[in-house]
Formats: sequence, C-alpha cells, structure tokens
Amino acid sequence: MKAAVIQFPGSNCDRDMAVALEKSGADVTTVWHKDAALPKGVDLVAIPGGFSFGDYLRCGAIAANSPVCNAVVDHANAGGYVLGVCNGFQILTETGLLPGALLRNAGLKYICRTVGLKIETSNSAYTEGYTAGVEIGVPIAHHDGNYFADDATIAQLKGDDRVAFTYTDNPNGSRGDIAGILSENRRVLGMMPHPERAFEDAHGNTDGQRLFAGLMAQLANA
Amino acid sequence: MKARVHVMLKDGVLDPQGAAVKHALGALGFDGVDGVRQGKVIELDLADGTSEAQVGEMCEKLLANTVIESYRIEVL
Repeated sequence: MKAAVIQFPGSNCDRDMAVALEKSGADVTTVWHKDAALPKGVDLVAIPGGFSFGDYLRCGAIAANSPVCNAVVDHANAGGYVLGVCNGFQILTETGLLPGALLRNAGLKYICRTVGLKIETSNSAYTEGYTAGVEIGVPIAHHDGNYFADDATIAQLKGDDRVAFTYTDNPNGSRGDIAGILSENRRVLGMMPHPERAFEDAHGNTDGQRLFAGLMAQLANA
Repeated sequence: MKARVHVMLKDGVLDPQGAAVKHALGALGFDGVDGVRQGKVIELDLADGTSEAQVGEMCEKLLANTVIESYRIEVL
C-alpha cells in the first residue's frame, strides 16, 4: 500500500503519522504543500494534525486552498482514500470533502488527554478492525474540535451510517458527540482524536493500531 | 479602493467566545447585555475597479466558511 503524508508549515503530527503507516507496512512518502501533484499510484493520503499556517483565518482554511489540496480533492473524487486527523479533519471540512465544520471547543480550552471513543460503525476500511459498539481510548489534542453541522446534515450522517466514532463523554461540545465521520463513499475519514498516538506500546495504549491494520488489509491488494 | 468584510457566525451556531465575553461583561457590572456575538473584520486594499462581486468570490472561497459563517461586504 502506498501512502502519502502531507506536510504544511505548522504540521506537527506528520512524522507520527508516517511512522504509524510505515510500521503497519505502508510505503510512505511525505509530500510538501506546494507540490501540485501526489506521487503516482498513491492509495491513501493522510493529512496529519498540527496547526497548518498557524490556524490563521480559520483552522485549515489556508491549507485547504494550497496546491496539494487540489490534488487531494481530485484523489478523493477519483475514489481514493483520505485520512484526516485533527487539523487534517479541519482541512477536509474546509475543502468540502466532508460536511460540517469544527468550531472552538465549547469550554474554550485546549484539551489534551485520552478520551473514550465508541465505534459507531465497522463498515469502513478504517473501522472494520473494530466491533461496532466497542469503546476504545484515543488521545485528543485540540482547541477547535467542536463538530458542527446543521440538523439535516447530522440526520443524514447518522442515517447513512457515516458517523465513525462518537465521544463517550463529550469533551468539546460536538453535536451528536461526533468525533469522526466518513464521506459518502466511506473512503474519506476525518477524526479529531489521534490514532497514531495510540499505536505502539511506548504510547501506553495501542487502541489506534487496528485502524491502520484495517486500512492495510483493505488496501494491500489495491 | 478598500473594502471591509464582516464575518459573523450564523444564527444558530453556538458562539462560546461570545458567551464568555457576555459573562465577563456581567462580572464587570455591566447589566443588560442580553447577548454577545463575536466575529471578525477583514480589511482589503484592492486595485481600483475591483468589483463587489469579486470580493464576494473571495468571501465564498476563503474569507468565510459559509457552513458556519455569514459575511457582509462594505466597499469604502
């Protein structure tokens, strides 16, 4: 499986993401935001966490309009897989690949701790390694993770089984306790929690490992 | 020419920062503040002849996220 990890000025989880993908068996290339094309044959694009462009204007807004993001949108529209974590999720909503937006946390504070996540669906490459309904622990680290979408969008996400994860104890005010959502074709996942920070024993928690393992299993033959 | 763009969270979108400001005003003894909404103002220095429609396009593409925000253009 070929994966590309996008780097913006201010990305800070790009290396963790690359390590998680490499250790899962992927062939990983990092791609600079000014590159207008992705490496040939890429199966998965990972947009890592961080503070791209200093969160200026709105989190993810400037990154979403960078040259590489046009290529990422084309990749997704052609049926490619895209994983956006934290700032990556914010960027995906700003590109319009995922609906809704991430607002300032309801409590106005930056939150950095492990939270409980409920697997809402196992029907995606990202979540097929988990059993729906099971709870896992994954760290969050964000100031703007308060998921917002209008009532119709929330109802549609739920109705189409596109909510991937919910918080067991909502830390940031997200509507419907939503922590991660899938695109209509279930190949684009945006999530605020950091599975790459719950990947190996040294992290003290390996609950995120199965997300990468599931992706590898799905994409190994792609 | 100059234009000023006012960006505000839409009605119905929770504004926790505005709520905190309202609370702080109350704590300072300012009674009767029934609501606070916090937005942003962006001033643009533009080449002469730039149309309001072009500024509108800037708002749609970058300056505002119309999922959560509304904008108002003021040509100065």
